[in-house]
Amino acid sequence: MRITRRLLDALAVLLAVATVFPIYWMVLAAVKPPGEIQSLHQRPWTLAPSIDSFHRVLAVDSFGRYFLNSLLVALVVVVLSGLCAFLAAVALTRFRFRMRTTVLVLFLVAQMVPIEALTIPLFFLVRDLGTQVPGLGLNTLGSLMLVHTAFTLPFAIWMLRGFVAAIPEELDEAAQLDGAGRFTVLWRILFPLVAPGLAATSVFSFITAWNDFLFARTFIISATDRQTLPMALLVFFKPDENDWGAIMAASTLMTVPVLIFFLLVRRRLVAGLGGAVKD
Amino acid sequence: MTTALPAVRARPRRRVWTPLWLLLPAAVVLGTLFVYPMWQLGLLSVLDFRQAQVSGGQPTRFVGLANYTQLFGDARFWSVLGATVFFAAACVVATLAVGAGLAVLLTRISRVPRLLLSLAAMAAWAVPAVSGSTVWMFLFDTNLGLVNQALGATGFNWMYGRYTAFALVGAVVVWHSFPFVMVTLYAGIEAIPKSTLEAAAIDGASTWRTFWQIMVPILRPLLAIVVIQSIIWDFKVFTQIYVMTRGGGIAGQNLTLNVWAYQQAFAASEYGLGAAIGVVMMVILLVVTLLYLRTLRRSGEPL
Repeated sequence: MRITRRLLDALAVLLAVATVFPIYWMVLAAVKPPGEIQSLHQRPWTLAPSIDSFHRVLAVDSFGRYFLNSLLVALVVVVLSGLCAFLAAVALTRFRFRMRTTVLVLFLVAQMVPIEALTIPLFFLVRDLGTQVPGLGLNTLGSLMLVHTAFTLPFAIWMLRGFVAAIPEELDEAAQLDGAGRFTVLWRILFPLVAPGLAATSVFSFITAWNDFLFARTFIISATDRQTLPMALLVFFKPDENDWGAIMAASTLMTVPVLIFFLLVRRRLVAGLGGAVKD
Repeated sequence: MTTALPAVRARPRRRVWTPLWLLLPAAVVLGTLFVYPMWQLGLLSVLDFRQAQVSGGQPTRFVGLANYTQLFGDARFWSVLGATVFFAAACVVATLAVGAGLAVLLTRISRVPRLLLSLAAMAAWAVPAVSGSTVWMFLFDTNLGLVNQALGATGFNWMYGRYTAFALVGAVVVWHSFPFVMVTLYAGIEAIPKSTLEAAAIDGASTWRTFWQIMVPILRPLLAIVVIQSIIWDFKVFTQIYVMTRGGGIAGQNLTLNVWAYQQAFAASEYGLGAAIGVVMMVILLVVTLLYLRTLRRSGEPL
């Protein structure tokens, strides 16, 4: 029995190593000197780490700019989507009204919609919007913020619902008896208590916006200074020879923020997902 | 007593309106950017809408179901549909096998390996689809890739063959999505009363038997949700295919419905046709969603 356990432990460690190996390989390739990346005998370590690739990516190709663009879009999406989702989640858990179940089902169905197909009408919508509001048209970061706010909402609401429901309703009632208005209950009582759940939800919204390739590819056609990370990364793929050092350095820059974020809120994320999945 | 009365009377009216105010921001955002585009997608699919109409050179024309008849008469459509279903099915099966296997493994190992494995899975989960794709492309690169070098197969291009390319993309998809299955099922298994599993162990049931005859029946609702969620995700894979096969592979051999719709619209400027493919996809996913809702209802979870 003990031997079986040892074997299983070893197997688990082995699988863990295999799972993170691509990430290790990415970071390793990013710090390898150019000569080693071109080598026909890749070694799983490097004795001469260099920031050459990072330098090339950041200084020459102004990757920093794209990084900031991505960050800006993701942060605005987190705030807008979190706010809308919080209000909607309160409405859906604290009140019983007609059509409530219908609304809930709609949010669920919304998660199934193939967003890639919707890019076609959205492209024209954003184009037309740009003639009215220049900040939200094609080639703007505003257009990306707008669509991501919309597409992160259904899941955010679905997930936050569990967190709001977990707060005993007696709390709001007690506050109301003490003379607090609806608004006060919302912001002074519910909001702070939901904050941990909101953090977990925000991670999802952040990642969706940060990782997005589709809309960046579709909406940002000609303005290279408004490009976000995923698209900018593909610049390093060249027809003749791929600059793997730069691609891996750029990929690392794109991955690290999300990775840190994800690992930080790991526990809460799992709890939230459990709620979102079970309901 | 008398002072409290007005407040009590005012409350029911507020109760009716407050949820609507709270839902308003979400409703506005989703209405304009979700519902309206869906309607527009349907509309586009019955129009003759190409480059000439976009630039205003020619008037848009209502063509009824012409886009659909063209689509269903096209051998390519059936080939792409087949590839999509096959690819999604393979990804779902592989994701579930890996995710469920590891979830069971997690219950049987010591603390430190368990922590390591779940951290590793979380890390894979967090990696953005684009950078995950690029790393795997590097690992499987023709000459500089570690895999080809280790196998002594330098010069072999994984992207030339239809099936090797699909297999590689599928591997990335599974790598990205098994952690969700693992984490969810592990949480489910942990929630099974210990006494049930112990009783099985005392009766001499093997891990295999315990899994199929105790865990699976108890976790059936959760499994159904995980399966259908996976189907929906894997049916819609876009970024990995688009990035790794450069927009659908050599001569479009790695197209799935999703990528094809996108390419028809934005590469070939056949917006009407692209929209029709989108509608077909939406119908397929809607059917899956209805199954999902039925499962939810059957598992007795109140909405």
